[in-house]
Amino acid sequence: MTAKLSADGLTLFRGERCLFQGLSFALNPGELLLLEGRNGSGKTSLMRAIAGLIEFEDGDVLWEGKPIRTNRPDFYGSVVWMQHRVGFKADLTLVENLRFESHLRAQSGADLDVVLKRLDIDRLKRLPLRSLSAGQQRRVALARMLLSSVPLWLMDEPFTNLDREGRALVMDLTTEHLSKGGMCIMAAHQDVEIGGNVTKIELK
Amino acid sequence: MMSEEDTVGMTSGILGVARRDLLLAWKRPGDILNPLFFFAMVAALFPLAIGPSPEQLQFSGPAVMWVAALLAMLLSLNSLFLSDFEDGSLDQMLVSPVPLSALALGKTLSHWLTSGLPLVIVSPVVAITFQMPFAVTGYLMVTLLLGTISLSLLGSIGAALTVGLHRGTALLSLLILPLAMPVLIFGARTVSLVAAGDGVAGGLYFLAAYAVLTLSFAPFATAAALRISNE
Repeated sequence: MTAKLSADGLTLFRGERCLFQGLSFALNPGELLLLEGRNGSGKTSLMRAIAGLIEFEDGDVLWEGKPIRTNRPDFYGSVVWMQHRVGFKADLTLVENLRFESHLRAQSGADLDVVLKRLDIDRLKRLPLRSLSAGQQRRVALARMLLSSVPLWLMDEPFTNLDREGRALVMDLTTEHLSKGGMCIMAAHQDVEIGGNVTKIELK
Repeated sequence: MMSEEDTVGMTSGILGVARRDLLLAWKRPGDILNPLFFFAMVAALFPLAIGPSPEQLQFSGPAVMWVAALLAMLLSLNSLFLSDFEDGSLDQMLVSPVPLSALALGKTLSHWLTSGLPLVIVSPVVAITFQMPFAVTGYLMVTLLLGTISLSLLGSIGAALTVGLHRGTALLSLLILPLAMPVLIFGARTVSLVAAGDGVAGGLYFLAAYAVLTLSFAPFATAAALRISNE
């Protein structure tokens, strides 16, 4: 059986520097792929390349056995990602920002208030995003993932700026997502305690 | 895991982005007003410099107003994709099942509504300073309406190509101006011809055809340019 998401012989250059060569992995429902490595080791670049934003020098990432390069809409319909920049408009309120998400990808229909309560940002609903702290903005980015109904979560340094409860929350939410048959690729340099099938990739 | 009532689609993408950008423009009205002020100032200062002779004013009016409109549009284009690029919204739009060309079209639509359309609306007021006859003003508005649609669409390609560059304004103008020349020439000349009492259907048809032409390829070119710029 082919894996849901797989990669074979990935090579990525940034400028003159080779970040990695011959990298392979496979990911199936319920599994977490954990990318580890020092700062500048290429975790974000790998993440962006999997998302199709930069090109691999060599190798392909396959979604359901088909290269995502040639099947972008299929793949993008199944993925939501969280990156360093939260990707929200600072002048819009939390609710306005999240409402826009429904135009970009399939929504789970989860109740907004319940999700915001769980993330402890329900009282910030009517505030423009620029008045939220960096950690609170990360929580809004988590709300984007909970509100969407896609199987694959890409999380680039999800723990940045979060307090201890926030970090625990990310691990809980990811564990839940995996137990429901979701998949996750996470780049992190903290210790991660997530239940489920975890594969680690160490980038040098 | 996919929900049954899947609302994600092309029309929803176009309208969703346009709505979001209009909401943003509403919250930051300065972004709209700047190019509009520029247009009004340039076009209103010219008559003072030219002098009070009605013949000269009526002769140069269409050209000056069209040049001012073109430059005002260029002024507003630089920021089209910049904030999305900087805050990561662009990455979110790139990784979405909605075709990027639809999202780009939505952004262009909102850009035209907030920069092209206001120019068309204030143009009759500015035309008074050039002592433009009422009938001519009507044609001026029609040419501006058709012309600014083309300029917004062409401009979105240039804005997408230069979004990753710092200070890309000069490059943006260089890229866009050659393609915008036909709009300027036919726009200004058509209004001059009305003023002289000549037939103008040809000019209007050309502007309309150019708008349709740009509408048919600009969203795709913009989408391709965004993917390259965001590498």
